Amino acid sequence: MMDLLVSRDYYVATFLLLGIGTYVMIASRNLVKKIIGMNIFQTGIFLFFIAAAYVDGGNPPVLTMDAPHVSPLPHVLILTAIVVGVALTAVALGMVVRIYAEYGTLDEETLQEVRGSE
Amino acid sequence: MSDLAALVVALPIFGSLVAFLAALVRSKSGWPVAVVATVAQLAVAATLAARAFGEGTISYVVGGFEAPYGIELVVDGLTATMLVLIAAVSLGVLAYARRAGPRSNPFYAVFMLLVAGLTGMSVTADLFNMYVFLEITGLAAYALVASGDRGRSAVAALKYLLVGTVGASLFLLGVGYAYIDTGTLNMADLAAKLAANGYSATLTQTAFALIVVGLFIKVAVFPLHTWQPDAYAGAPDTVSGLISALVSTVAAYALLRVVFTVFGTAFLDANPFAHGLLVGGAIISILLGSLLAVSQSEVKRMLAYSSVSQFGLIVAAISIGNVTALTGAAIHLVGHAIMKGGLFLTAGLVATETGARRVDEYEGLVKRSPVGAGVFGVLAVAMVGVPPTIGFAGKWYIAVGAAEAGAWTLLAVIVGSTLLTLAYFARLVERMFFREPSADLEPAVERVEAVPDGGDATESDAVEASLGMYAAVVAAAVLSVALGFAVFGYGDVLQSTIEALLS
Repeated sequence: MMDLLVSRDYYVATFLLLGIGTYVMIASRNLVKKIIGMNIFQTGIFLFFIAAAYVDGGNPPVLTMDAPHVSPLPHVLILTAIVVGVALTAVALGMVVRIYAEYGTLDEETLQEVRGSE
Repeated sequence: MSDLAALVVALPIFGSLVAFLAALVRSKSGWPVAVVATVAQLAVAATLAARAFGEGTISYVVGGFEAPYGIELVVDGLTATMLVLIAAVSLGVLAYARRAGPRSNPFYAVFMLLVAGLTGMSVTADLFNMYVFLEITGLAAYALVASGDRGRSAVAALKYLLVGTVGASLFLLGVGYAYIDTGTLNMADLAAKLAANGYSATLTQTAFALIVVGLFIKVAVFPLHTWQPDAYAGAPDTVSGLISALVSTVAAYALLRVVFTVFGTAFLDANPFAHGLLVGGAIISILLGSLLAVSQSEVKRMLAYSSVSQFGLIVAAISIGNVTALTGAAIHLVGHAIMKGGLFLTAGLVATETGARRVDEYEGLVKRSPVGAGVFGVLAVAMVGVPPTIGFAGKWYIAVGAAEAGAWTLLAVIVGSTLLTLAYFARLVERMFFREPSADLEPAVERVEAVPDGGDATESDAVEASLGMYAAVVAAAVLSVALGFAVFGYGDVLQSTIEALLS
């Protein structure tokens, strides 16, 4: 069991990050912290792809280098996913700014009370 | 000339840029740009559809890389249907948006970006490319929901963003599992390699579960629907019409595409749990979506829960997975888009004319807004599935498919869903046509209208229902009936596409 955990340490970290991210998104009452949770969740997925692409002693995929070569595709995919993640965070923070301007709070429960009269 | 398959994605992106930059020259110039771009989009989509139905599947490889390595775009009959639907519904919503607003250029830029995302999801034959378009669609939809000027829109949009991102991320994780399993992202190539690996591999099963649950969130299948009623009810009327008609529809199309093109019927047969996931999601969604719809007091929230139930029907058709049921799924996707988009726009029209937004405010509506009440009535009847409307045709195909497959539980739920749909629409239809408006309602309406005017100075351009708004909702009502007649011919044309999908 322990051997499995140690030899798969990146994957363990991935699922810890996914779990922590989900927990923060659900349990935290602060809207900004929820967005941080979302970022942690996405980071877990980035780590998953990068860990899967790791080749022990691998070289860059250039013809003059010796085999084994590393597939560049997962890295490219994650580069795209990181860009998407940044855009999402920006849009989310923009909404948080508007919510704060409208209601004067970022606390989920206070927000619920203030909006109860709407 | 298969370049058109790439053009159909590039065109709305270009339109979005032009709409954004046109603000530098003249403010409020976004609408004409969006109309020109959408008309061109409709023309390209119609050409592609004519070719896909006439000559068979069109395939295009982006950038000249060979198919399994480069990104492939494929237009078959089902894709072509989605392309025409997206362009046509966008055009209808634009006619409505002329007067109803929002009128800023950035709004129309994001509008065109949403069209681009949806079109991209439809034409792509590459799993990661589909994730990127899924996120583009998502980002545009979050921004559009937040374009309402009340705080409620921003809160609804943030909730939509958080839940939607988790959905898209799970999809990405599933794509990662499939990639590690096979080393490819091209759908056709994946299908062949997954079959070669055997369907009982844990990686394959996990990939299926993650992708399906991720798409369930985007489709808004119960219990993953929680973002949807808030988003639809909190968005401006124009936006609720657009996203209720298209966003979940294209997500459901993506689910169909992934389940059949990538995993295939053999995978579902080999894994009862995977099949059970689809059947369970469908049944729970149909039943609880309807029950929640009955208990709503706000019209737009009721319509939103109705979507949860109707998409349960689509998932049911996917779980049945024979030619008849999948033809039914395609018809119901189109029909639901027209009916539900039309209903949301009509709800917006009624609110503009009379201020009525709650179920009890609809009493005696036929006297105050004859067109609104008439169109709402026709679309509600179509949604219930009274022949000869398109709502009937879709449910009929799905039900016959269920009977052919011997899925009796599903058949009972599908037939029962008609009754449940009647339960929540009858409530409204009876109030609109057969009750007198209560005496104390008029001042209440005045007050509702007075609040935004007094509360916010920028809200002062009071809106009157325009010709475009009437034209959009009447067109939806006419189409929902007229397509009911055209649909059996369409079923025949689609047959070869569906058979290719299932083989």
